Amino acid sequence: MPDFLKIEHIRKTFPGVIALDDVSFSVAPGEIHTLLGENGAGKSTLMNVLTGLYHPDSGEIRIDGRRLSFTSPRDSLACGIGMVHQHFMLVPAHSVFENILLALDNLPNLFSRKKYRARIKQLIDEFQLDLDLDSPVWKLSIGAQQWIELIKLLLRDCRLLILDEPTAVLTPQEAERLFKVLRQLKKQGKSIIFISHKMREVMEISDQVTILKKGRSIASLTRGEYDERKLAALMIGADKIPEWQKNLQLSTQISLDIQQLSVRNDRGLSDLEDFSLQLIKGEILGIAGVAGNGQKALAEVLTGLRKASHGRIMANGEDLNNSSARHSYIAGIAHIPEDRKTIGIAPDMSIDDNLIMKSFKNSAFARGIFQDKKSIRRNAQEKIAQFAIKSGPEGTPVRYLSGGNIQKVIIARELSEKPAVLVALYPTRGLDIGSAEYVHKVIADGAAQGMSTILIAEDLDELLKLSDRIAVMFRGRLIGFVDPQNSSREEIGLMMSGETGENDGGEA
Amino acid sequence: MKLVTERREISSPLLRFSAPLISIGFALFVAGFLLLASGVNPLEAYREILIESLGSLYGLSETLVKTTPLIFAGLGVSLAFRMQIWNIGAEGQIYIGAMAASGVALFSGIESHGLMLLTMFLAAFTCGGLWAGVAGFLRARWQVNEVIVTLLMNYIAILLVDYLIYGPWKDPKGFNFPLTAQFSDTARLAEYFDTRLHSGFFLAVFVALLLYLFMERTIWGYQIKVIGSNPKAARYAGMKTGMAIFMVLFLSGAIAGVAGFSEVAGLQHRLQHGISPGYGYTAIIIAWLAKRSAGGVVIVAFLMGVLLVGGDSLQLLWQLPVAFVYAFQGLILFFLLASDFFILYRVKLIKGAADA
Ligand SMILES: Nc1ncnc2c1ncn2[C@@H]1O[C@H](COP(=O)(O)OP(=O)(O)OP(=O)(O)O)[C@@H](O)[C@H]1O
Ligand SMILES: [Mg+2]
Repeated sequence: MPDFLKIEHIRKTFPGVIALDDVSFSVAPGEIHTLLGENGAGKSTLMNVLTGLYHPDSGEIRIDGRRLSFTSPRDSLACGIGMVHQHFMLVPAHSVFENILLALDNLPNLFSRKKYRARIKQLIDEFQLDLDLDSPVWKLSIGAQQWIELIKLLLRDCRLLILDEPTAVLTPQEAERLFKVLRQLKKQGKSIIFISHKMREVMEISDQVTILKKGRSIASLTRGEYDERKLAALMIGADKIPEWQKNLQLSTQISLDIQQLSVRNDRGLSDLEDFSLQLIKGEILGIAGVAGNGQKALAEVLTGLRKASHGRIMANGEDLNNSSARHSYIAGIAHIPEDRKTIGIAPDMSIDDNLIMKSFKNSAFARGIFQDKKSIRRNAQEKIAQFAIKSGPEGTPVRYLSGGNIQKVIIARELSEKPAVLVALYPTRGLDIGSAEYVHKVIADGAAQGMSTILIAEDLDELLKLSDRIAVMFRGRLIGFVDPQNSSREEIGLMMSGETGENDGGEA
Repeated sequence: MKLVTERREISSPLLRFSAPLISIGFALFVAGFLLLASGVNPLEAYREILIESLGSLYGLSETLVKTTPLIFAGLGVSLAFRMQIWNIGAEGQIYIGAMAASGVALFSGIESHGLMLLTMFLAAFTCGGLWAGVAGFLRARWQVNEVIVTLLMNYIAILLVDYLIYGPWKDPKGFNFPLTAQFSDTARLAEYFDTRLHSGFFLAVFVALLLYLFMERTIWGYQIKVIGSNPKAARYAGMKTGMAIFMVLFLSGAIAGVAGFSEVAGLQHRLQHGISPGYGYTAIIIAWLAKRSAGGVVIVAFLMGVLLVGGDSLQLLWQLPVAFVYAFQGLILFFLLASDFFILYRVKLIKGAADA
């Protein structure tokens, strides 16, 4: 089959950074083509070139053999290339239907509205999406919002769909649904470019994998030519994956004693209900649950972002709900937030400045009221090397870093204070496999030195691998503990859906 | 072929420096036609502006005299801008500062020169700060929009000063003019070279230096930048943003208030009607053009000083209407703002653009 899209020798530089050096690959009709590469390898930049957001310094893009040069996303849309953005561009107060209409070139009049409605309905049925056209967008889950973005592109008859880390924000169940839809689209002859760091997904969905390394396409492999190890080896070099050991010797000291905690949201419903848990010093406690079952509320109340309506959080004999005790202790709780772009970083400031956001007053970085620029720089250099952050020239605002590298900046900052307790939400989301493994190592090493971790993650493999105990949450309640050593993904999955399993281990 | 614009990912320092210069060139060029239309040779007019404002000790001193309040007010406004706080009340803060300093000069009876000036300074600083602090408090406490509060308080400040000079503070020996009595020598700043240049100018440059150090070297400046960049992240990192909003507006108003002190103690030696002919509004433009940097404020304020002094002489020499000076200022601003576009965007000529 002739290639639908052909990319040849694309190069794109930013001041002081070669984001894309030399990238070539092609995509056939009806092909799911995966891009794989380390954080900062240039995947997102390449997609921005393809959709006309950036203009390449050199190189060619051909569609059906014709050489094209896009100057705006509109141009590329006109050629049938559409992208589902990582940050959805939706108006929260408007209905699903209105949001979809907004994406059309000409706003439809009263008559064509009906026609569009029928057409959208048809798409929803065709792909069996679970989407109510009249509900306001703010009520929808992230997964459902992604459907909207997808429908927008389908309405425009896009022939190539680009999805940049679509599954990073999805629950495993939602990801499964997305894959079903992608396969259906593929059958219709649409081409798809898919980006993900999750090997399991890459193996499952791809027809073709292109590996980017430092801005170069180093290999394109067809399904059957590769396995997980081979891909990893090509991407980072297998020897570079850090090794770590879990600390099996648990102490008996309790670092946090959570007693009957309840949290209510704005609408008066409880996000967390009668939640009790004892966190042991040096323990990694995994929390499993389908997103939206109270994990976030738990993290927020522990880190002081929200108030508990009932219950106590005891640490060193003090109740952290009591504000004075809280203030002194919060400093000892590190937090890797879920919503990293909105609360994790100051986007216009450099890595140096972002790394000290919580510790700028410490004697390490300040002499009285003056900042010690030298030690701030030294700290940044250390962290950049330690976490392999791809950072651009000194002083580059963090907004220009790749998604995974922003994540690394936040993790480096939160873990540098040697916290007593770490509350980590999806800490390895968006990280390449090498970096994810390194973060696991840092958490495990921290545990060996007495740091207690509450690890909230969607990826059951990650939970099983890292946790000493896994607590399962459902509808804001703790419904039981499982021992990662003798449990399977299936058992946990069952409990996550509300089936109460054996309730042992609670006293462990 | 197609002309396209593309957002620059990072603008080069060279461009950032040269763009304003080029845009001033453009403004001069276009204004030249206006001058031609009024029958004035533009080259002669420009020479005149430069000679008048910079060509003699007297001209230069007058330029610096005008630059002084612009630096203070520009610094105040730019400080708040750094935290995404829009203080457009510098005009009112100048009036309040001038009023407070005058009150001390006229009624305190302090006899030591140094102590008198220090007290006047502190009064202007504190009152200007509190005046802006009202908006800070309202914003921090109840999310009241500071743009509206600071703007409306300008009118209150100006009318308050008018009340005083038409009423209780009016000089009994002043033939009923709306002004206070002259300050005694203890309440006057030193003057230099037999000109009107006074030590307020050096104070302004010194404050700019302090503010630069404050922003770039202290933990407070650091917090202001973090809050300005992302207030949510700042709160999450444990910074007290409400307090910071109040403090920054206080300091912003305080520095603008010092402009009032410098005007009455250095130049006018009394409080009178129209003590600032809109310096507080020009300051907003200065802060904007200076990209909120303290050094930039000093340079842009000086440029505005040149324009003000040079523009005056055009009026005298060729009877050009006042409107011409404003048109000229407007053009420069227009092109300076347009240059922002070229700093942020790249314009490219592309062959064979997608014509699908
Ligand atoms: N607008 C920009 N200005 C400057 N540098 C940039 C810009 N966009 C990207 N970069 C740099 O280009 C490189 C590639 O970034 P890109 O976002 O394409 O990586 P990525 O492969 O998508 O990584 P990730 O897996 O972390 O999302 C990075 O080093 C990044 O810092
Ligand atoms: Mg990316």
